[in-house]
Amino acid sequence: MSITTFLQHCLTGISLGGAYGLIAIGYTLVYGILRLINFAHGDIFMMAGYFMIFALASFPWPIAIVITLVITTVMGVVIERLAYKPLRSSPRMSIMISAIGVSYLLQNLATYLFTAIPRGYPEIPLLKRIFRIGELSASLVTLMTPVLTIILVALLILLVNKTKTGMAMRAASKDFETAKLMGININRVITVTFAIGSLLAGIGSILYFTDRMSVTPFSGTLPGLKCFVAAVFGGIGNIPGAVIGGFFIGIVETLLVALGYSTFSDAFTFLLLIVMLLVKPTGLFGEKTVEKV
Amino acid sequence: MKRIVVFVLIALLACQFLFAGGKAESAGGEKEIVIGVFEPQTGENGGGGFQEVLGIRYANKVYPTVTVGGETYKVRLVEADNKSDKTEAVTAAQSLISSGASVIIGSYGSGVSIAAGDIFLDNQVPAIGASCTNPQVTFGNDYYFRVCFLDPFQGTVMANYAWQEGAKKAAVITQLGDDYSSGLGNFFKRAFLQLGGNVVSEQQFQTNTTDFKSILTNIKAANPDVIFAPSSIATAPLIIKQARELGITAKIMAGDTWENSSIIENAGASAEGVVLSTFFDDADPATEEAAKFITGFKSYLVENKQPDIIPAVSALGYDAYLVALEAIKAANSTKGPAIRDALVDVSVEGVTGKIVFDENGDADKDLAFIKVVKDGQFKFLKTVSVL
Repeated sequence: MSITTFLQHCLTGISLGGAYGLIAIGYTLVYGILRLINFAHGDIFMMAGYFMIFALASFPWPIAIVITLVITTVMGVVIERLAYKPLRSSPRMSIMISAIGVSYLLQNLATYLFTAIPRGYPEIPLLKRIFRIGELSASLVTLMTPVLTIILVALLILLVNKTKTGMAMRAASKDFETAKLMGININRVITVTFAIGSLLAGIGSILYFTDRMSVTPFSGTLPGLKCFVAAVFGGIGNIPGAVIGGFFIGIVETLLVALGYSTFSDAFTFLLLIVMLLVKPTGLFGEKTVEKV
Repeated sequence: MKRIVVFVLIALLACQFLFAGGKAESAGGEKEIVIGVFEPQTGENGGGGFQEVLGIRYANKVYPTVTVGGETYKVRLVEADNKSDKTEAVTAAQSLISSGASVIIGSYGSGVSIAAGDIFLDNQVPAIGASCTNPQVTFGNDYYFRVCFLDPFQGTVMANYAWQEGAKKAAVITQLGDDYSSGLGNFFKRAFLQLGGNVVSEQQFQTNTTDFKSILTNIKAANPDVIFAPSSIATAPLIIKQARELGITAKIMAGDTWENSSIIENAGASAEGVVLSTFFDDADPATEEAAKFITGFKSYLVENKQPDIIPAVSALGYDAYLVALEAIKAANSTKGPAIRDALVDVSVEGVTGKIVFDENGDADKDLAFIKVVKDGQFKFLKTVSVL
């Protein structure tokens, strides 16, 4: 493999990893606060793809992006209100099953509304501009994805550590009941969590699909699962961990395919999940769980 | 009061059993024969499968009845979605059998057809494949027939075309675990090597992959003249666009699945110059039936909110239905084994040409249409016949 080919592979991997990282944050945030694995997250990501297709059909791209992000955010919050909130005091298993239900509902709704024929993702000419550095060639979106991911994560960490809302989020994730007793409006915290998660899934969706140009009702399934693994790998509940997990999976997957082992590229992701759960169930940067008496 | 309600409910239940009893007798006393439609309507091949179903539904609209033993039977289509999945295919096939289907049509995608083949064979219900091109579908299965050409033929056609265009180095991209893709890829490779060409890169990808950049980067490094990438409709625009984005200028070629307007729609300008082989050309109707079909089906497509470009698989679905009716008529029976025996000798002037079956149950077709994407449309390039 020549140096340029190798660099080209790395570029692809980092870019894919960036998009994975953004989606993985959604899993990690929700888990951190509700101890819920939001299985519908990958499908929110897919729906954001469809929203963008329709928004861009009638608006110029800067407005279309804003519309898509707003609708996606609202959808995430509404799903929480309708499907998760009524179950908050039920056993944790019920709420997880509800999440799986929402996931299938969204997939089949999309099949019903938009058919299973893949829809072309519209091009934003600016993002699609192709850069050539010597033999390397990449579109702007490929170069932009990892940078944007890191900026967004930095902002999110600032939000969690420096603002009052962030403090409330941290409190809720430490101890849900006590946070409630201390007068934190827990409903607001959860709404904000779902809003941020869905917003990032929306941004991830734009970056991911601009590079991969076609959306089907099942587009969210596999990326969703992989990002879940990324979140577990980095230590579920930990924001930088999720992003590092995303980058790791993106890069390794790309390199495996590059070396001719495409048979094992998906298997690797899930093998990683199994090994991680066996060896270090809390993930790379996960907090140690202490059993309370 | 309660007792009356219970009584009424029991009476209603009893009625249901009464109606369910008569298989060939519908509620109106009219005789009925069931044709099972075994197609993917969701999943990876959901789009293409649906187009095939449209062809079958349209054929049913045009020819809604069949005469058996001097009596007119109404043909009822029962559709089962095999979800492009080999496990689901078995369930779907079984549900069609239990719904009393006399003949089965389908499926789009060779893998699911192979998976369900044994069920049709064991239950002695003949199946007619419309567009499944892998040889394994009908091979060794007395109850599976098909109305399209086969992959060894299609692969040879494309290899010959590439060779005639002066290509010396080819790259092949196939989908792991997909019988259609890997089969056709192999036949292309074999034919191309025989002609004296060189296959410089062979790449595989997983189902539902959306990122082809890594395999395309490898292909770019091998610098081929043509890329042969038989794959599903969902995959096609991704391969085409990402190849062009990486600066690959080689000619991209594929098989029959790619003749679908959604590919041009999704790949846009990058699709220009893509070459594929297919079963049918609506600009050049081969038979009288074809001319009638083209005008009628176009307005049917519009009614169903589809673009008015006739997909080849719809034409094949239509043909499979015609063959099924003809066989039922010739067998003069609604029983599977009798229809199967009639299929062996059936001869139909279909939309895609004359259809007669050889000893394997494959349509004797030796003509493929090669089309190229030009100005955002599939343009007929030439017909190729081998052998």
